[in-house]
Amino acid sequence: MQNILKIKNLNKNFGGVIATKNLNLSVLDGDIHAIIGPNGAGKTTLVSQIFGQVFPDSGQIFFQNIDVTQISEYKKSRLGINRTFQITSVMKSMTVSENIQLATDKIRENSLNFFTTFTNKNYVLEKVDFCLGQVGLIEANNQPVASLSHGDCRKLEIAMALASDAKLLLLDEPMAGLGPSETQEMIALLNKLKGKQTILLVEHDMDAVFALADRISVLVSGEIIATGEPNNIRHDSKVQKAYLGEA
Amino acid sequence: MQFIKPLKFFILASLLVFPILFNQIGMSFYLDLATRLCILAIAAVGLNLILGYGGMISFGHAAYLGLGAYAVGIPAHHWLYGGLDFLATTNGFVHILIAIAISGLFALLTGLICLKTKGVYFIMITMAFSQMAYYLFVSIEEYGGDDGLVINTRSEIPLINLDDPIQMFLVSFSSLIFFMWLVHLITKSNFGLILSGIKDNEARMVSLGYNVYFHKLIAFIFSGIICGFAGVLLGNFTTFISPEMIDWSRSGELMFMVILGGVATVMGPLFGAIVFVILEEVLSSITIYWHLPFGLLLITVVLFFRGGLSSLFSK
Ligand SMILES: Nc1ncnc2c1ncn2[C@@H]1O[C@H](COP(=O)(O)OP(=O)(O)OP(=O)(O)O)[C@@H](O)[C@H]1O
Ligand SMILES: [Mg+2]
Repeated sequence: MQNILKIKNLNKNFGGVIATKNLNLSVLDGDIHAIIGPNGAGKTTLVSQIFGQVFPDSGQIFFQNIDVTQISEYKKSRLGINRTFQITSVMKSMTVSENIQLATDKIRENSLNFFTTFTNKNYVLEKVDFCLGQVGLIEANNQPVASLSHGDCRKLEIAMALASDAKLLLLDEPMAGLGPSETQEMIALLNKLKGKQTILLVEHDMDAVFALADRISVLVSGEIIATGEPNNIRHDSKVQKAYLGEA
Repeated sequence: MQFIKPLKFFILASLLVFPILFNQIGMSFYLDLATRLCILAIAAVGLNLILGYGGMISFGHAAYLGLGAYAVGIPAHHWLYGGLDFLATTNGFVHILIAIAISGLFALLTGLICLKTKGVYFIMITMAFSQMAYYLFVSIEEYGGDDGLVINTRSEIPLINLDDPIQMFLVSFSSLIFFMWLVHLITKSNFGLILSGIKDNEARMVSLGYNVYFHKLIAFIFSGIICGFAGVLLGNFTTFISPEMIDWSRSGELMFMVILGGVATVMGPLFGAIVFVILEEVLSSITIYWHLPFGLLLITVVLFFRGGLSSLFSK
């Protein structure tokens, strides 16, 4: 299998805080690759650098062998990278389907249609149905997002990420704030994507990570201290000392 | 989605029929009032596109009304008194083209800067730019400075005589309907969907891959051009233009209409303009301090009728 994402010697400091330290990472095409690590380890900062919201001090990020280090956020989804946020970020005053519509490339590519709408075109309707179907939100189609539960909002974010047809999804703690049963639903939902969608999954929930990940990287104080298959990571002594032991 | 519902259609029909009827029985005052109302409503429709649908609170939109009116007054002035031959004309189409070009350009240049800011800064900087336009016209002696410029000849348009109050009214009324329809169409388009997305969650729209700044700028320019067109009508209606029309308090009145009527609705700007024009007439005949009860009303609306007046009609 091929690398879809390759990060070389990435560094990022915020004032005195080292958020990313000499970081190297490869994500294989088709994998669910999990990033775990304690609070403040630099997981979100890593995602933001891959997505172009934060730029590294040094180092390089390659997506499908193209150097995308300096490419800014709004161009990333055109290249095929998309992300979700640790803190839910959706269009609250709009309906569920409008949120998905905005995430489709058809609306984005035709954003200067001033007098016609694509929202009733078959390919947009089908896409909305498909994405909502994937996350089990079909019935909520025309509901305003404001009326959704937190759990459903998190599912909506996944659906939006899917609607973008991204080749690489960066999910920043999709289980954050979910109850036990909602977490199980989210695990099942992501499990359905396994093998079909390349995902970089940042997550605190260890059950989720070990249930879903093909590979895991452990990030501590901006540094990746281990990368490997779940079983190897579980038994890695460095990891146990630095992270799993205290959890 | 229906463009206009029956009750609203009735309101529009009344706005069309009654002023003309009153005029026929000798009360031309109401026809003038209705014409002014339609023109202000067009400007409010223009402002609503960015304020209501796009969440950009511009406090400088009276500038476009002024630019549009000067686009009538200045060519007419040179046509009568000479000078600047390339500009001298009474041709209405040329006036409209100049108004569109100038207000579009002003929106482009100021928008490039204003849209780098948000919130209160955006409000202040749009106001600052419109005050710059204000002082520019105050300083140009040739066009009357702060005394203003009398527009001796109205724009000439084939088959239409703007000197006839009824025709002036009909042109204003049909322009209003046209722009209400146009803005409605835009808000239902892909671009409109994106604009509401930006209003709701700008950061998310950026990460979805939208060039937010560019889309806001386009909406800002559209909005300015609509107000510029309203200015052409206003100049023709009042046959007089002065910097006072650009003053920030005028911009505030436009904001008042949009918010009072109900932001992001088709009919809102019209409702707002109706209430504004009526209140202005009634209150200013009672007290010169009519802005005070005005402000109180606006606060009441903002606090108790979140959707503005049009929310009362849509229930
Ligand atoms: N914009 C910023 N300015 C300054 N410091 C920042 C900024 N963003 C992150 N940091 C710091 O960088 C470090 C890494 O933060 P980051 O949010 O990436 O951690 P995280 O692993 O996502 O943590 P959590 O599990 O709490 O989400 C923290 O010490 C944080 O305070
Ligand atoms: Mg984080």
